[in-house]
Amino acid sequence: MNGLHYINAFFSDNAHWQGYDGIPTRVAEHIQYTLEALALAAAIGLPVGLVTGHTGRGGNALSLIATAGRALPTFGLLVLMTLLFGFGLVNVMTPLVVLAVPPILVTTYEAMRSVDPSPVDAARGMGMSEAGVLFQVELPAALPLILGGLRSAAIQIVSTATIAAYVSLGGLGRYIVDGLYQRNYEKVVGGATLVAVLALVTLAVFWAASRLTVSRGVRASG
Amino acid sequence: MNGFFDIPSDLQHSWLGLIGLHLREALLPVLAGLLIALPLAQLCVRFRWLYPPVLWVTTVLYAIPSLALFVFLIDYTGQTELTVMIPLTVYTLVVLVPAIVDGVRSVPQETLAAATAMGFGPVRRYAQVQLPIAVPAIIAGLRVATVSSISLVSVGTLIGNQGALGNLLNDANIYNRPELAVNAVITMAVLAILADAALVVVRLLLTPWMPSGKRDRKEAAAL
Repeated sequence: MNGLHYINAFFSDNAHWQGYDGIPTRVAEHIQYTLEALALAAAIGLPVGLVTGHTGRGGNALSLIATAGRALPTFGLLVLMTLLFGFGLVNVMTPLVVLAVPPILVTTYEAMRSVDPSPVDAARGMGMSEAGVLFQVELPAALPLILGGLRSAAIQIVSTATIAAYVSLGGLGRYIVDGLYQRNYEKVVGGATLVAVLALVTLAVFWAASRLTVSRGVRASG
Repeated sequence: MNGFFDIPSDLQHSWLGLIGLHLREALLPVLAGLLIALPLAQLCVRFRWLYPPVLWVTTVLYAIPSLALFVFLIDYTGQTELTVMIPLTVYTLVVLVPAIVDGVRSVPQETLAAATAMGFGPVRRYAQVQLPIAVPAIIAGLRVATVSSISLVSVGTLIGNQGALGNLLNDANIYNRPELAVNAVITMAVLAILADAALVVVRLLLTPWMPSGKRDRKEAAAL
């Protein structure tokens, strides 16, 4: 098959494994962009989602914000910011964060809302503080869904971080964008394969994380 | 802003023409996704063991970046609209299948039993009882799918000006006319919000028995 042939040619070429345009460098850049964007988005989405979900207020405002965030085209925002503010990492991070906040925010809120109210009431009745209820009762029970939201945000970032290459930054998109301009299909398909593999690795990491962090009782009932 | 609506002639479309093109490239995949998701979800409801593997496959497909899929498809479908629309169709499934399955499953057993007792066959029961009750969940899924589809079309500009309004972004770059990028971003965002609002109206029309102020609880399950 055509695609497989390209993939094989790309990965067996020694030159693709070294230097600033080598696979290790590009993969490291890609992972760096992804982690930075995910950390920023989680720093915004998680606390807001946890608190609003805990109090049960502001659900309508959240879904409005989430819709607005989804409506902003990621790629468009990237090109626009680069044109207006010049070249830089901030212009890549902003669209990626805008992309990742809505799934984290909405899922965290809904996860907190869908926690069975009886253990929450019991915890409160036993004299737990509000923070205790939030972190020791609601959060562990809502964790599987919250991780699901983070996972879908992470996957969107991994696959979308390729567009950073369009505004002259690094990452795996470099291969795709350069390859398209150079009519070098081997490079394009190789880059695309690496991104897909990275996305699958992300799935695996989140699967492992949920095995490690979700308590056994919650996993059994969910 | 000067020249805000002066679309460069290489795009071969007016501003309104680009909007039409954009809506077609974004909404046809959602429609196709719905047509695939409905029978698929019904199979998942009927055969419970099928649901986890289907979810898994749609999630993995969703994990493949749009640009990678576009490039892979160029071999088969060329630098055409179809190349943009096929991946978008695939992406909608990850939202639509769970939305429909959860919606159909949430129909109470008593309701189904009542329908059977009234002599509804399986097909009629599905079309006249299960589907209408699942409408809010399905629409919630459609909203997420539609909005992200409208945003994703613009990436198509990278494979040879197949991105409708996204092509303005490329032109903004090469002609150094930022106002075109502003135009593209605002137009796409407004289109997405209008499409979202239209779906809310559709839901209100399809479910006249529900209180109109009810918030969508199903949105989280969708993504």
